[in-house]
Amino acid sequence: MFAKKTFPGGSHPPTNKRRTQASMIQDMPLPQRVVIPLHQHTGAPAQPIVAVGDEVKAGQKIGEAQGYVSVPVHASISGKVTAIEPHLHPLGGQLPAVIIEGDGRDTWLEQPGEARQTSQSDSKAMVEAIREAGIVGLGGAAFPTHVKLSPPEGKSIDTFILNGAECEPYLTADHRLMVENTEEIVAGAKIILNILNCHRGIIGIEANKPDALAAMRERTRQEKELEVVALQVKYPQGAEKQLIWAITKREVPSGGLPMDIGCVVQNVGTAKAIFDAVVSGKPLVERVVSVTGPIVKEPKNLRVRIGTLFEELIQQTAGTVENPGKLIMGGPMMGLAQVSSQVPVIKGTSGVLLIPTDQAVIPEPQTCISCARCVDTCPMKLVPTELGKLVQHSLFKEAEKLGVLDCMECGTCSYICPSKINLVHLFKFAKAKILSEKRKK
Amino acid sequence: MAQEAPAEEKLLHVSVSPHLRDTVSVPKIMRSVILALTPALIWAVYIFGLRALWLVLVGMMSAVLTEAICQKIMGRPITVSDGSAVVTGMLLVYCLPPGVPFWMPMVGSAFAIAIGKQAFGGLGHNPLNPALLGRAFLLASWPLHMTTDWRAPAMGTMSGIDAVTNATPLAVLKEAHKVLADPVSTTEQVVQAREAVAQLSSSYGNLFFGNVGGSLGETSALLLLVGGLYLMFKRYIGWKIPLTFLGIVMILTSAFGGADGLFTGDALFHLLSGGLILGAFFMATDMVTTPVTFRGRLIFGAGCGVITSVIRLVGGYPEGVCYSILLMNAFTPLIDRWTRPKRLGEKGLRQE
Ligand code: SF4
Ligand code: SF4
Repeated sequence: MFAKKTFPGGSHPPTNKRRTQASMIQDMPLPQRVVIPLHQHTGAPAQPIVAVGDEVKAGQKIGEAQGYVSVPVHASISGKVTAIEPHLHPLGGQLPAVIIEGDGRDTWLEQPGEARQTSQSDSKAMVEAIREAGIVGLGGAAFPTHVKLSPPEGKSIDTFILNGAECEPYLTADHRLMVENTEEIVAGAKIILNILNCHRGIIGIEANKPDALAAMRERTRQEKELEVVALQVKYPQGAEKQLIWAITKREVPSGGLPMDIGCVVQNVGTAKAIFDAVVSGKPLVERVVSVTGPIVKEPKNLRVRIGTLFEELIQQTAGTVENPGKLIMGGPMMGLAQVSSQVPVIKGTSGVLLIPTDQAVIPEPQTCISCARCVDTCPMKLVPTELGKLVQHSLFKEAEKLGVLDCMECGTCSYICPSKINLVHLFKFAKAKILSEKRKK
Repeated sequence: MAQEAPAEEKLLHVSVSPHLRDTVSVPKIMRSVILALTPALIWAVYIFGLRALWLVLVGMMSAVLTEAICQKIMGRPITVSDGSAVVTGMLLVYCLPPGVPFWMPMVGSAFAIAIGKQAFGGLGHNPLNPALLGRAFLLASWPLHMTTDWRAPAMGTMSGIDAVTNATPLAVLKEAHKVLADPVSTTEQVVQAREAVAQLSSSYGNLFFGNVGGSLGETSALLLLVGGLYLMFKRYIGWKIPLTFLGIVMILTSAFGGADGLFTGDALFHLLSGGLILGAFFMATDMVTTPVTFRGRLIFGAGCGVITSVIRLVGGYPEGVCYSILLMNAFTPLIDRWTRPKRLGEKGLRQE
């Protein structure tokens, strides 16, 4: 127990992974229609480069990246563009999307495998291929991957970390991917090492995935540059800064990036996507999604085309035993509650979680009793109780001084609070407030 | 915050993450504290008779009633069901002599809740431990009752201790030390005093199991430890405050508590008597009135230890647990401010 690496703080929400951790990834049948938002990543949204009425093939680029921190989007099925209009988006509100009516033939622009291969000795070309494939971090943050793989001149990366922690309760998509697509993930990791000119890659996996650990260990036995590390089961073990600390004991400076301390972290799903892009020339048009929750009849891990509506995913699991009280994209700790099941799967959709009504309603917050549970568990070592009180009194300057911008909204403090105070809500509010003030200046 | 979805959408709840909350709640914590204090109550009934139970019940009821009445008057939601008033009443009676008249726990609890807690805004806002404040109030107002209403334990008292007037072992020690330190004491007095000290030192067993006089709930170190460890196991209290508190008292009393020079004091005796275990595990760990930071809790416990030792060894009162905790409570906000943890990544904070 003690030998397993971890970070200070954190909590132990019930993992609830048992129902899907052994279920093989199934290919979801081709959707009739997909809704592909142009904004699926952190950064500037893509611009559409197709028009209504155009015929498109699967894998064809339909939106061009705008600026450096941005990636293109691709058609995930073949068919006809029927509309380019705002559509319900899982990140909230209505955002522009390309809607494609499928022709049912699934013709690809380039058949995977026959496509151009990128030379694995040319870093620049590989990064370009990754960007062209529209790859973003698939762990949920959806940050453009090519940016993370391009450290500026003078910053060398000595440690690459492959994130297989998957610490969010319920989700098992990464877990299954590690068991079933070990080969591609390891190949993807080697590509990343190549690009970064880095010779130390560490694959961190939470200890509650023994089969994934075994598969990865087995596959990397001959790889001198790759090492598999078992991590303690604790939330948020997969958060970037916590993972880096657990493995290297280095602190990402406040306001800085992992690159500043010689580290790059990528999720295992992203590594697989990188392999697909560089070796088979296949853009990111599908991903694995855990469709699960206590009320789901047959929870599953599905390989889904981007743009498929949540509703169709839920139908694949034989529906629910009762009307859901809450529909969440992602896990229960950091996921986003949805207003409707008419939202599409985007690149950052790691899970679709359905929760019964009695668990959906968050209890009324009471006054803080200074129990210090939030202080003991905050993985960023903030003092959430104090910050919360400052924000409640609109003292944003003071909150900023005490590090509210370092809060990563992991949810640990709200989860652990016996008074059920919505600390994360307060911090999100304060952060938005402070950042908008900064922008004004 | 929860806004409903359009009606045709089967009403999905929408709220900010996390969507999962721990099952631990304030009432649950309070129930555990009550449970942890129960063995000591059963023991009190065993050695002091049913009277002990009635006193505790009166204290609890008065606390709950006062809370409800105050909240009603101030138009606040009534929260007596969270159990915090029950715990306050219970703890207050635990540090009263078992022979006090019934109106004392009533008045004490009412004061503790009305002045010590509700006047500041209720649970979470009180700077001082309400139970201890109640006790301090009773001691200041009716010192005679508070210092003489002792009862001998049912199984007979420790030899050398006058059961009615001088029942607490610490008071005996204090008397004896006074005699030893006084140059005009007669040889006979000195011999007697030495005998008393020796007897006290041979009484660890009685102190540990609780076969002694003393405040109602403080007598059995063993049962209080069981309760305290249970709360630690549940992670409702930490090790930092109890450990530093007890540790510092033991070190200081051993160093300066002896009549024959440095390091001749009887630390174990000090540890087991005078409500130190009760205070260290159940009162110095009160969540509301103690620091939230790691280092803050170490400082708090150490401060309690120092003040308790000073009061016991130099001051006028035989014990000192109560005042030390109250004093340190007053410093809690300051301590918290001084001891904020270094944020992850603060080390390499970028210059802007
Ligand atoms: S949400 Fe922010 S303040 Fe709360 S535990 Fe996570 S990092 Fe700390
Ligand atoms: S966990 Fe909640 S009640 Fe406890 S100190 Fe933090 S905010 Fe206050």
